[in-house]
Amino acid sequence: MAQANLESAVNAATEGAHGFIRNLSGKEDRWGEADILPRLFYFFERLLMTLKHTPLNAAHCAMGAKMVDFGGWDMPLHYGSQLDEHHQVRRDAGMFDVSHMRVLDMRGDGVRDFLRYLLANNVDKLQSSGKALYSCLLRPDGGVIDDLIVYFMSESWFRIVVNAGTADNDIAWMIEQAAVRAPKLQISSRDDLAMIAVQGPNAPAKLWLALPGSQKLAEGLKPFNAVEWDSMFIARTGYTGEDGFEIILPATAAPSFWQTLNDVGVKPIGLGARDTLRLEAGMNLYGHDMDETINPLEAGLAWTVDLVSERDFIGKAALVTKPKTRKLIGLVLQDRGVLRDHQVVKSSHGDGEITSGSFSPTLNQSIALARVPSAVQIGDMVQVAIRDKMLAAKVVKYPFVRNGKGLI
Amino acid sequence: MSNLDNLPGNLKYTTSHEWINKETDGTIAIGITQHAQELLGDMVFVESPAVGRQLKAKEECAVAESVKAAADIYAPVTGVVVAINSELGDTPEKINTDPYSAWIFKMKPDNAADVDALMDAAAYQTLVDSEAH
Repeated sequence: MAQANLESAVNAATEGAHGFIRNLSGKEDRWGEADILPRLFYFFERLLMTLKHTPLNAAHCAMGAKMVDFGGWDMPLHYGSQLDEHHQVRRDAGMFDVSHMRVLDMRGDGVRDFLRYLLANNVDKLQSSGKALYSCLLRPDGGVIDDLIVYFMSESWFRIVVNAGTADNDIAWMIEQAAVRAPKLQISSRDDLAMIAVQGPNAPAKLWLALPGSQKLAEGLKPFNAVEWDSMFIARTGYTGEDGFEIILPATAAPSFWQTLNDVGVKPIGLGARDTLRLEAGMNLYGHDMDETINPLEAGLAWTVDLVSERDFIGKAALVTKPKTRKLIGLVLQDRGVLRDHQVVKSSHGDGEITSGSFSPTLNQSIALARVPSAVQIGDMVQVAIRDKMLAAKVVKYPFVRNGKGLI
Repeated sequence: MSNLDNLPGNLKYTTSHEWINKETDGTIAIGITQHAQELLGDMVFVESPAVGRQLKAKEECAVAESVKAAADIYAPVTGVVVAINSELGDTPEKINTDPYSAWIFKMKPDNAADVDALMDAAAYQTLVDSEAH
């Protein structure tokens, strides 16, 4: 079972919440003979599970992708070198298959009223068609069910994009809430759609080449705005800290569009680089930096929660009354090594934990997001337990990188 | 699945994906296989054992860290560490580009027969094939 163990180590690092090997950098055996139980679980899971495919699965394989099980989806980890792909996005343009994420359309009268109550951020900020908002979906106790982007298209149509691994749970929660507050609302899961992200400083110019006629419509799009164009939905959003677009299109049209993008020099980027790009950009990853046991104020997401207006929403009472004892900060490792998820952070104010750690290809050193006691300040030095050593790390403001440039 | 066409026939292998080369001076050089480096991806850091350290067979003694994951490396046999490849400190990517040249550390085995008892290329190939899915 050594193979399954090695592969699960890589997979667990790709999506920690899903991995059976809990702590990659701890003392657990990874390639050896111990810990047979997790490996047995993994073996039987693999045996029973049929991996889901996006419409671009064959294209990934044809492009030489190293495919991995990513939360039940057969997805590209890299197409040769994760580092090259990372730099490709920072310096030029790359494309990501994000079709595993779920597109939901909410239609009917009173969608806005319902979303005003359902989401922690305030959809009243969305007043022009195509405008997008990042928000958390909260439990009544303030725990994060998911993070999402909601697009206002019309008073009877809002589009929501949620994470792949949480989609079924999200929909069940939304339906449960709608049954009480907006029984006539239609919530549809658009499994007929695919999603491709085109990111990087040259993403706009290359998109105009790939989609003749799109420039006129999409050039003026401001960040967090979307426009419909034929059967495509083009949004100026992303998960890399670079300029670019996320394009939602019919699944049947995705393979030829992917090929056209490739033909104009947009290179395919795997999930490995997607993770280092988002970490450098200081963007949270659900299941790592927050989950149902963490509220958004403890996850660096206070800016996405509207506690100012009179509006009531699910989770508000808990957020207002709960004392805030922890916060999310950035770390830069001062020594050689690599910060990883779940490593313990020792500060003079108490212990914390790394929620996302990796190597930053842009900065050429290791960076992390960590949840620590609120008294820890920017500029403090902390110690991180990496295997049998304590290594120094500096507390910094994040993002670490934006638009190709290091900020620390 | 890995392309194992180039699996060197002169090396020995472990179930934990290390390769072992018997040097002419009686020591052994240890690295990680093509299959392992392919799964781990771009290497960014290697932590080597201290020269002089006594190791037992299957003891955790080094770590190869890629951008995405940390992987333990185990002593293939009992013996003492006699050298580390300091070149990998600045160029860990050599493990990716040429895994069978990029040795990580060298040992002097207590018992040379322990090395002979390790898997040969054919056995390792069978192991990887049987674990493929």
